[in-house]
Amino acid sequence: MLRDNCALVVGASSGIGAAVAERLAREGFRVALVARREEELRKVADRINQRAGEDRALVFAHDVTCFDEVPALFERIVEALGGLSVVVYAAGVMPPVALDEYHFAKDRQMIEVNLLGMIAWLNEAADLFRRVQAGVIVGVGSVAGDRGRAGQPGYNTSKGAQAIFLESLRNRLAPANVRVITIKPGPVDTPMVRHLGRLPMMITADEAARQIVRAIGRSWGTVYVPRRWGLIMWVIIHIPSFIFRRLGMK
Amino acid sequence: MDMHESVAVPRSAPQPAGLRLKHIERVEGWGMAVGGLSHVFRPTDAEGVRAVFDLARREGRSVGLRGGGNSYGDAAMNTGGIVLDLTRMDRVLAWDPATGVIDVEPGVTIERLWKTIIGDGWWPAVVSGTMFTTMGGCAAMNIHGKNNYKVGTFGDHVVEFDFLAPDDGGVRTVTRENDPDLFHGAISGFGMLGCFTRLRLQTKRVYSGRLRVEAFDTHSVGEMIESFEERAPDADYLVGWIDCIKGGRGLGRGIVHRANYLAPGEDPDGDLTLAVAAQGLPDKILGLFPKSLMHLLLRPFCNNLGVRLINAAKFHAGVLHPRSVVYLQSHTAFAFLLDYVPNWKFAYKPGGLIQYQSFIPKEAAESAFEEQLRIAQGAGLPPYLGVFKKHRPDPFLLTHAVDGYSLAFDFRVTRRNRAQLWHLAEELDRVVLDHGGRFYFAKDATLRPDVARAFLPAENMRKFAALKRRCDPHNLLQTDLSRRLFGSDLAATMESAGAR
Ligand SMILES: Cc1cc2nc3c(=O)[nH]c(=O)nc-3n(C[C@H](O)[C@H](O)[C@H](O)COP(=O)(O)OP(=O)(O)OC[C@H]3O[C@@H](n4cnc5c(N)ncnc54)[C@H](O)[C@@H]3O)c2cc1C
Ligand SMILES: NC(=O)c1ccc[n+]([C@@H]2O[C@H](COP(=O)([O-])OP(=O)(O)OC[C@H]3O[C@@H](n4cnc5c(N)ncnc54)[C@H](OP(=O)(O)O)[C@@H]3O)[C@@H](O)[C@H]2O)c1
Repeated sequence: MLRDNCALVVGASSGIGAAVAERLAREGFRVALVARREEELRKVADRINQRAGEDRALVFAHDVTCFDEVPALFERIVEALGGLSVVVYAAGVMPPVALDEYHFAKDRQMIEVNLLGMIAWLNEAADLFRRVQAGVIVGVGSVAGDRGRAGQPGYNTSKGAQAIFLESLRNRLAPANVRVITIKPGPVDTPMVRHLGRLPMMITADEAARQIVRAIGRSWGTVYVPRRWGLIMWVIIHIPSFIFRRLGMK
Repeated sequence: MDMHESVAVPRSAPQPAGLRLKHIERVEGWGMAVGGLSHVFRPTDAEGVRAVFDLARREGRSVGLRGGGNSYGDAAMNTGGIVLDLTRMDRVLAWDPATGVIDVEPGVTIERLWKTIIGDGWWPAVVSGTMFTTMGGCAAMNIHGKNNYKVGTFGDHVVEFDFLAPDDGGVRTVTRENDPDLFHGAISGFGMLGCFTRLRLQTKRVYSGRLRVEAFDTHSVGEMIESFEERAPDADYLVGWIDCIKGGRGLGRGIVHRANYLAPGEDPDGDLTLAVAAQGLPDKILGLFPKSLMHLLLRPFCNNLGVRLINAAKFHAGVLHPRSVVYLQSHTAFAFLLDYVPNWKFAYKPGGLIQYQSFIPKEAAESAFEEQLRIAQGAGLPPYLGVFKKHRPDPFLLTHAVDGYSLAFDFRVTRRNRAQLWHLAEELDRVVLDHGGRFYFAKDATLRPDVARAFLPAENMRKFAALKRRCDPHNLLQTDLSRRLFGSDLAATMESAGAR
């Protein structure tokens, strides 16, 4: 009734999402690619299909802030794929925000794309997976969600809230045999962060995707990408606020 | 009421538009060892049931009826097809405390039933070991209680029912008199002929919320049978527990519990004990441990060694508490012991459990059950629970009951033992057939088609096939179990098996 090995990746036109979709397809998944820019999605799909020698990737142009479209589109996608076993939410934005800038429109966009869009999509996935008692849900959060930093209040908030939402889903869905994984990458070389220049310990999107796909195969809970960020963030989380404030982390 | 008189049903129910993603669910047997995906619909009235039949016809799908889903195996599953879940048809339609007659929709559970009637001094005539079964499911399987030998099965207490068959006109009222074939076929017919949409039941007068209970040790299957035979004439309920792990000279040792109703005036607190609250099971074990977490405590014991320890403790507890003591126990505590620990079955996760219950005529019961115990122990797959009951024949076409005894085994299923367990079940089946015994679809997950066709009386299969052709000639009603045992053309299969 529903085939195995079908995945949906939201935010698949670029960066981490595109790389995850390609890796999943290489592992034999049929993948649905969702993002706004159809031509970019097509490029990803062409690469996948050419490599696979068959139509393994399907393209669905959609803006995640059109929340009302999600339920019907979700149903269409599952039908087109013939099933669904993995959902990855990787859509995200991080517009540049100056240290003295308070810009509601930017903050709102981050909350809408990073958080509300995720809730809209993952609610659909959660409801299906709960009913069929199987499935893996992946939300791409960030190490930036672990503390409130001076540089990115809106972004940090969206990522922190994402992590809480995913934890709740995890706790809700564990009895139904559904795994919910929170991915917290450190810097990844993608268009989103190009304007920031070379960042410390930056990895490629493909390396991030490799680790994410491995987590999809076996992990429960939160997975830092790469893993060393787990230790680093453990230390950072435990720095008292009055010291953290003085460290000038952005 | 005339045989073909239709009962008016409101035409207000929304028609399901089609098979949508939102209807897809995993549907499991109660034992969690089998499961699959289906489109699930939950109508609230008979019109909704009819609408789902229509939808299934349009979409070319089969329909499996489902009540509370308490059948251990695949009897209420329909993988790849439609599952019609009747739990939302759960209204009590009429209750007469003067006569004890009640009209219910099929999704009413035994829990709802006893809570409705006990305050007026009535108790369901027949109950299962769990109170979460529904009236429709109980009738379809013609369930038995610990009083089967005395009062018959569930069907014996059904006065009439409304029935909606896929191809037999509209909803009609069926009684023993107006349509005896359908009455005796639908009850025990495991959801293959049509859907009960209302049932009228006769309940049992009681004068206290408590039973007088007594326990006796027995040291072999033979002794247990003797104990039952001796006490049956004046016991209202009898149930045996068998330590299935113990072999050698202790093979078949166990405990018999006997319970009796209290006569009028015998319980000075009769009125108080008949209150629903007085039947409540406590929320905490020993006043401390929340029952909802109890299955976690059971988990470490859910293996051969753990069960050996528990069984030995249970058997030898008699040394500390002499079994001859008579005590009073609420109806619920006696009847629904298994509900005492919510989700106790989770201790069997992840593989789940299957139950294997066979019914053997009186004279052959001792040797058959001893042989089964030896085979299971010899295979290294001892049952973790063994429950013994006494039965009597009844007039329902596909009934499991015989003039004799049943022994129900609970087996733990793991990924490693699964194939071996199914093979063991085949060996146990052979013992049952050799001894002229029967099986029970409500408990089944392993039976093979040839065995199913061999144990049912040929005449009954022919009659049932004729009913199937009349009520559901296009085989709309199917379940995983019906396909496993009789293929997708049940009538044809039963006809040819019945012609042998
Ligand atoms: C812990 C436990 C203890 C039990 N103890 C006993 C016991 O002591 N004695 C005993 O006999 N059984 C016992 N059972 C088995 C149980 O009573 C039967 O499986 C019963 O049929 C379950 O009822 P249900 O409502 O859950 O039905 P389901 O399991 O959902 O369905 C049972 C059958 O009924 C059919 N059906 C359901 N509703 C309708 C309807 N409205 N119209 C027509 N067909 C319908 C289904 O198609 C299916 O074939 C026990 C089960 C458990 C889990
Ligand atoms: N790069 C990093 O260093 C880093 C670190 C930690 C976490 N992350 C997180 O990883 C995720 C992926 O980011 P990335 O680095 O891969 O960035 P990216 O290359 O810019 O990709 C972002 C993706 O989100 C999609 N998207 C943005 N807005 C959308 C909208 N309104 N509707 C639909 N899709 C939308 C984009 O597609 P369209 O533009 O075509 O719509 C694109 O596919 C983000 O959540 C990000 O926060 C990134």
